[in-house]
Amino acid sequence: MNWLRKKYWEPFTTGALIGILSWFANLSTDNFLGITTPFEHTAAFLIEPVANELRYFAQNTPELNWEWMLVLGVFLGAYTSSKLSGDRVHPTVPPLWQARFGKSVGKRMWFSFLGGFIMMYGARVAQGCTSGHGISGVLQFAVSSWIFVPVFGVTGIFLAKFLYRDAKGVA
Amino acid sequence: MTLILGLLTGFVFGFLLQKGRVPKHDVIIKAFLLKDFTAAKIMATAGAVGAVGFYTFNNLGYIELQIKPAELGAIIFGGVLFGIGIVFYGYCPGTGVSAVGEGHKDALVGMLGMLIGGLFYVITFPFVQAIRKDYPDIGKETLPSITESSPLLWVVGFTLVISMIAFAARRKQRRVYE
Repeated sequence: MNWLRKKYWEPFTTGALIGILSWFANLSTDNFLGITTPFEHTAAFLIEPVANELRYFAQNTPELNWEWMLVLGVFLGAYTSSKLSGDRVHPTVPPLWQARFGKSVGKRMWFSFLGGFIMMYGARVAQGCTSGHGISGVLQFAVSSWIFVPVFGVTGIFLAKFLYRDAKGVA
Repeated sequence: MTLILGLLTGFVFGFLLQKGRVPKHDVIIKAFLLKDFTAAKIMATAGAVGAVGFYTFNNLGYIELQIKPAELGAIIFGGVLFGIGIVFYGYCPGTGVSAVGEGHKDALVGMLGMLIGGLFYVITFPFVQAIRKDYPDIGKETLPSITESSPLLWVVGFTLVISMIAFAARRKQRRVYE
């Protein structure tokens, strides 16, 4: 089982396997790969006792479902894979970030927090992320997803090209 | 049983993302700088292979379409925020969760931000509903349905394009992965 200990797999092969995994999700439980709904549901579940008059709860019911367990599985799967290959030692501040924004850990953490916040809000407004729209919607040729992917892609390209225009060490 | 299958599917998904080398800040940023196509290759191939299976099972009646409505205001507003968020975070939602599994502390802090982002959505739900209503809604259409063409055409076309890119690119990247 040497290949399980290999650090990285070739991307097209990996992508194809994720495609096949999506078939498995379809056939075993009528589900599609997606990540962000459980974050919304967890947040809703936590505040429901004190905020159940919010209009959100008139139209949505948070639940612990297939997709919630999927997210937990993603964490465990990535943990196991990195344990097997030993890919577990990482600098706290990623090299490219450091080349542009310096080595401050606090700064990296604040922007990471802020980025995660904005990203999740956008994903919930558009009702999907790189998985829900980028893979699951794209593979069904959903019009919404084929609009969402270019919109976030072009936005990200412009922002990244602007932010990292002077970064040293950009390979 | 559904929950166990979800956990199992997620486990394989996270395993594959980690082996695919995408739960890494610099790989995601370089994807947007158009200097590392790992993430694009994985996403596009997953879509093409997924499409072949989905439309086969759909024809056999095993699974229905499950797509989000193309509410243009929400898709574009959400997409722009999503693009901005990813570049600051350095991970997308799936790779962010994988990165936490892989041991990245910044990804863990960002995951807390993701939870608060979900909370903010719950609170601002009426505002988001207004955006959804106020701008044109194409509905739950697909590219085949809106162009009144056969899904087969799209599946074959998409798969063909991705396969050609894959064969061309694999020659170049051979030395990296073998």
